[in-house]
Amino acid sequence: MTEHHDDHGHHHHDHDHSELSETELRVRALETVLAEKGYIESAALDAIIQAYETKIGPHNGARVVAKAWTDPAFKKALLEDGTKAVGTLGHVSRVGDHLVVIENTPQRHNMVVCTLCSCYPWEMLGLPPVWYKAAPYRSRAVKDPRGVLTDFGVSVPNDVEIRVWDSTAETRFLVLPMRPPGTEGWSEQQLTELVTRDSMIGTGFPKMPGAPS
Amino acid sequence: MTSLAAAQVATGAVPSIPRDDDGPVFREPWEAQAFAMALSLHERGLFTWNEWAAALAAEIKRAQAAGDPDTGETYYRHWLATLENLVAEKGVTSAHNLRRYRDAWDHAADRTPHGRPIELRADDFHD
Repeated sequence: MTEHHDDHGHHHHDHDHSELSETELRVRALETVLAEKGYIESAALDAIIQAYETKIGPHNGARVVAKAWTDPAFKKALLEDGTKAVGTLGHVSRVGDHLVVIENTPQRHNMVVCTLCSCYPWEMLGLPPVWYKAAPYRSRAVKDPRGVLTDFGVSVPNDVEIRVWDSTAETRFLVLPMRPPGTEGWSEQQLTELVTRDSMIGTGFPKMPGAPS
Repeated sequence: MTSLAAAQVATGAVPSIPRDDDGPVFREPWEAQAFAMALSLHERGLFTWNEWAAALAAEIKRAQAAGDPDTGETYYRHWLATLENLVAEKGVTSAHNLRRYRDAWDHAADRTPHGRPIELRADDFHD
């Protein structure tokens, strides 16, 4: 070993390369060694982790979305400065340097691509889906977002523009989906139940009222 | 055994695991990874949960003696250290080898443009 960065991955100011914390490096090292020696299978590990996807992090993205649906002042603040607005909710430990919230409208559907680097806002969303880690997903989402969405069973009308947000800097994106029709008068708590992770990365829609949860 | 059933056994045998009414909870994704690795290794018979609980307790004691704040936030750090120690003790790998892989991942992260999946390649190893 010729180079040694002891504090690597914590406070870099150039963001043109990826960063892993010291702990993440050790976890990856252990996982790779154990997988190579046949002690663990990555797929089995993923299955265990996915079983806990709702148990990781504060998981408060749905609450943020529901609040934006019911509180116009909060929504305005959220779209202006995501980090600041989410910070006012008071229970967010580390939402990231720059949380950018992008709003779906009848004219535009937003979809976020990013891999498992520091730009995925897992504090708000819980874990990303397994396919999100796959390299082909990212490249195809950029080239053919409508096709990717169709594969997920998400149909966006042809006259709706699809915008793909491809994170290249220390920015985390959260999609603010459109409030489902038929939810007039619903409380923030009720609305929170409709907000899915996939709707907040733009690969799905919120649940419809009355749909099985 | 399903992973959830296995996790139930684990939380029964290791009462210190942070949890809510349904089962284990994690502060960060890597904590779930570390938990899942222990679950898998246990299933493979590398250790019993009694053995694990004793090793983890010893690790926590060691950390506290060294000034760990014991706020619960560091629980899975001790968990990870226990994993590293146990796999070395059992002869699965060595601390040296883990360090090699850790450095290789560091190198891989360094050369990977932001937003791309970080993948390990042979030339990330420096020996």
